[in-house]
Amino acid sequence: MISQVFILSSKGDHLIYKDFRGGAGNDIVSIFYEKVTALTGDQPPVVMNHKDIYFVHIRQGGLYWVATTTAGSSPFTITEFLNRLAALVKDYCGSLSEKSVQMNFALIYELLDEIVDYGYIQTTSSDVLKNFIQTEAVTSRPFSLFDLSNVGLFGAETQQSKVAPSSAATRPIQSSREQGGKSEIFVDVIERMTVVIGSNGLLMKADVEGEIRVKCYMPSCSEMRIGLNEEFSIGKSQLRGYGAAVRVDECSFHQAVRLDEFDSHRILRLCPSQGEQTVMQYQLSDDLPSALPFRLFPTIERDNGGSAAINVCATIPVPKGSVSLSQELSSPDQSAELKPQSRAVVWKIARFAGGTQLSALFKLEVPSLSSASMLEVGPVGLSFELPKITATGLQIRFLRLSPIQPGPSQRWVRYVTHSDSYTIRI
Amino acid sequence: MPYLGGEETVRELRRALSNPNVQSDPLRYRNTILKVIRTMSQGVDVSGLFSEMVKACATVDVVQKKLVYVFLCSYATLNPELSLLVINTLRKDCQDPNPMVRSLALRNMTNLRLPSLVEYVEQPLTAGLRDRAACVRRVAVLGWAKLHNLHPSSEIDAAVVNELYSLLRDPDPVVMVNCLRALEEILKEEGGIAINKPITHHLLNRLKECDIWGQSEVLRVLQRYRPQSEDELFDILSLLDSFLVSPHPPVMAATLSLFLSISSNLPVISLAALERVSGPLLAACGSGSREMRFAAVCHIQLLLRSVPGLLGPHYKRFFCGYAEPAYIKERKMQVLVELVNDENVAMILDELKGYCTDVNTDTAQAAISAIGRIGRSYSDRCLQILTGLLGLKQDHITSAVVQTMRDLVWVCPQCSDTVCLALDGCEETLQDIQGRQALLWLLGVYGERISTAPYTLEVLIDRVRSEASLGIKMELLTATMRLFLCRPAETQDMLGRLLHYCIEEETDMCVRDQALLYYRLLHCGIEKTREVLQGRRSDPSLGVLIGRPAKPVSQWARCFNTLEPLSQGAVEAESDSRGSPEHVTYNSKPNADLSDTLSCSHIEEVHSGAEKIEEVDCAWIEECVRCPAVLHCSPQSLQAAMQLVNIQTLAFTPQQMLPWRVYLYTHTQRSHSMDAPNTTLILGELLCTGEANQKSGVKKGTADSEAGAEGKEDQLVRKEMDATADRLRVSEDGQEEEEGIKVILNQQPKDDDALRQFLTILITVLNTLSSEKD
Repeated sequence: MISQVFILSSKGDHLIYKDFRGGAGNDIVSIFYEKVTALTGDQPPVVMNHKDIYFVHIRQGGLYWVATTTAGSSPFTITEFLNRLAALVKDYCGSLSEKSVQMNFALIYELLDEIVDYGYIQTTSSDVLKNFIQTEAVTSRPFSLFDLSNVGLFGAETQQSKVAPSSAATRPIQSSREQGGKSEIFVDVIERMTVVIGSNGLLMKADVEGEIRVKCYMPSCSEMRIGLNEEFSIGKSQLRGYGAAVRVDECSFHQAVRLDEFDSHRILRLCPSQGEQTVMQYQLSDDLPSALPFRLFPTIERDNGGSAAINVCATIPVPKGSVSLSQELSSPDQSAELKPQSRAVVWKIARFAGGTQLSALFKLEVPSLSSASMLEVGPVGLSFELPKITATGLQIRFLRLSPIQPGPSQRWVRYVTHSDSYTIRI
Repeated sequence: MPYLGGEETVRELRRALSNPNVQSDPLRYRNTILKVIRTMSQGVDVSGLFSEMVKACATVDVVQKKLVYVFLCSYATLNPELSLLVINTLRKDCQDPNPMVRSLALRNMTNLRLPSLVEYVEQPLTAGLRDRAACVRRVAVLGWAKLHNLHPSSEIDAAVVNELYSLLRDPDPVVMVNCLRALEEILKEEGGIAINKPITHHLLNRLKECDIWGQSEVLRVLQRYRPQSEDELFDILSLLDSFLVSPHPPVMAATLSLFLSISSNLPVISLAALERVSGPLLAACGSGSREMRFAAVCHIQLLLRSVPGLLGPHYKRFFCGYAEPAYIKERKMQVLVELVNDENVAMILDELKGYCTDVNTDTAQAAISAIGRIGRSYSDRCLQILTGLLGLKQDHITSAVVQTMRDLVWVCPQCSDTVCLALDGCEETLQDIQGRQALLWLLGVYGERISTAPYTLEVLIDRVRSEASLGIKMELLTATMRLFLCRPAETQDMLGRLLHYCIEEETDMCVRDQALLYYRLLHCGIEKTREVLQGRRSDPSLGVLIGRPAKPVSQWARCFNTLEPLSQGAVEAESDSRGSPEHVTYNSKPNADLSDTLSCSHIEEVHSGAEKIEEVDCAWIEECVRCPAVLHCSPQSLQAAMQLVNIQTLAFTPQQMLPWRVYLYTHTQRSHSMDAPNTTLILGELLCTGEANQKSGVKKGTADSEAGAEGKEDQLVRKEMDATADRLRVSEDGQEEEEGIKVILNQQPKDDDALRQFLTILITVLNTLSSEKD
């Protein structure tokens, strides 16, 4: 049961406040914000309580999404609800930011009204909600091509010429009927890698968490068929086909997915509802089929040619008390800076071509250097985005919609691998 | 956020709202209303616009209607009279052909939260229950719950309750779930909705139709159901099996809760369920949402209490990502400590070592104390890491390392040599109070082996005037005294100075009293001083029992899938590692198998109930145990042994003295009852009157009348203790055997099982102690 829901900006501005049960003090929001700011770290615990009011919050899009509840509620339900709420707001407003929430507050109130009644979650399915939501979304910039912060220049693999603009999928679902019915569907294969490489260069841990996400802007789509690699296999024992198998350890599907053709042909059938949904989740630990995307001994090297990584950022912890940094970088579009606050050198590489090797030489000035200070260097954390590549090798063979869509429709399949935590010990 | 110029804004908005030109243009009208709501959510008080907004309510534009309702629901309680005007519009909307408008009107009618409007609302709500459209029925059902909570005292019509029960069979799953929710609220006083067999089976059969929110709600309500036969139980369990491995964490957690509650007396089933659920929980640990990860890791900690080895092979999943927030890292480290075994210890230590230099000091310190915990089983490797960390010469790391070493030495005295060597020179880096206290403790206890100890203390003693912390001064006093006992020549002078300062100049009473105590103690002679101060320097008995025993599922089943594990666990772990000599406390969970291995001969005499004590809710047991050697145990080791099984000693006579007695108490969990206060307090006395089988004349006529002073509950433990202890003395002990120790137990409230189990444990401890002595 949820008593209140509110959304705060990171500075503590009230964006949305909705009281479902009544009887709560007006100062509840300020109490929460005081609790957050009273903590020294920037990461307040998920659950905080004030007397017998419990605050559960998540951070998304730089905002605090908070629900107040009682001690006996399920943390899984509340966090899942808040995540779902944020996802719905994103679907309806196009993107998640303080600005978009501020501009669409009426829409969000309307959504909240339909999602929760008297503190009980009624429905979060966008299929049901679309019948009730009347307010139109207001978008700040229809296509934010220049907004490099959310660059995701993934192209469709087979059609190199027709690359979807990165912001194509960040638009509200409802506006599709007004914008000349541009019906599009995006199928994204997103993988997050967690890697630890030991100081001797040996792989100590490699996990991939992947998901297939469908984002649908088609008003009428009764059935969609997604074909995966034929040799896709689940678990250790089962192997299919003759070629190199694409294997995952565990795999789970959205409840709307029908799997009657999955065993024989690896085809997922579903009726996508409008908006974003995760069709399939899978995970693979330890033995990855492909080589690791990055290596770092004294240098970072990139194998697995043919493409490029973007937004690569290496964070190298350095000894406490380092005062200055001199650097030798191999090209001008890279940058490196010393962040004394977090005790790290941050080396940013905007674009890292496949099969190449970049080197950087950092010289640090540490006034009180002892041999032990060397222990403080490392491990290096690497964050990156690899478009068009999946670490597991999972591919979408085809994407068919039925009935055949009237008018022009576009289908996009995009692949991306993110780093969740890519650590290299020195 | 206070908004400057609020009044000005309100005035402007009022002008716009009452402008006929604006009112005639739907788009402008709507935009003005939008502005009002925006100002409202920024925190400005716009309640002055109420009457204008009421007028705006009468419109055909649904969006505008919704906006106005948002406003009205927020301010209706401030303007009850004006709200009456809205009711007419709302009631008219309830007749609208569009079901969306009907549900909207009905919902907001009940959301106004005005007791005065109840009479107008009841009729549309009754009609709403029979509406054709499911969305109206959903709203109407919850509307009754809202209505009930406005007047919690008033009885809701039995006909409505019946109708709600019948709506459990509504074709729409959300209506069904809402009925459950509404009935739970309306019938709260009677303990919620009646969960009988037909309802349970109906709900279970329709579970698949619900979405995940509905499923978790239904599963939660069903926890109250108790299957009537074993067959039924297994039917239910097999039906629910697919939900147990659901990819949606809320459903998975709710199902496991249900499993644990209905199979609470079938431990095998519970354990099997835990094993099955570990897969989905692990998947949730890798979820994209870090809050979800956190919830999952916290619940895994619960699981590990009962099945310690459950996730051993998956330990790598608990390695921290470098960008993860500190609160997740801390929990993951706690899990890693639990999962250590011979195969993975190297990997885990290597990983933890990496976190020790984390930028976040909390994470770094948590990692260091995690290494310390592992050090109890793998001391060499861990000490090597810890010693290496001292080389960094960073205050927060050194402090954490010294504290960890102190705790480690307390448990594993064999580490002391390495620790003594490592301590050299770290006093310069230490800044914080806890770290210095730990160092002082180590210097005092192991002073004879640390060559520089007197010099380190001397520096501190010279600076004692500027020392602000009370704890440091006390610890310094004790450490200097201890060091004096083993290295008198080097310490005598500085001890004199310190005592002089503390007695003559110190303003704090605590420090002064302690100094005076030591001063007088020294007058009693060096032997006495030694006896008092050189107690234990470690707790060897802890070493054997380091591996955490598996606890029964029932101990935590109730807080599974609540917010409790997310908020409380961190505190628990923290208190674990702070404070001087660490005592690992175990819950006094009766592990009966321990007593089987040891044979103990005892004659049991139970006088249960009324003849001795007036209160019915008390239990009384007397019995004799033959374990003479216990008499010769030092009080400290007796206390330590008792604490191991969570028995607290209150007072005892010195060893060898006759009559020898010990008073103790403990809290135990009530094993069977599911409700109400579930702990009971046990008070006990161990008495040995010596070989001569004296007819103990110790009773000194303490009156039985004090029995009435016994408190209601366990809060006033101490006071109660005195009363009971006095009373205990009155007990006759004629039939006692030679060399026997008499155990007298008193318990409140009564719980025979727990008392028996406690007795078994106590006897086991006593026997163990005496066998050690032999």
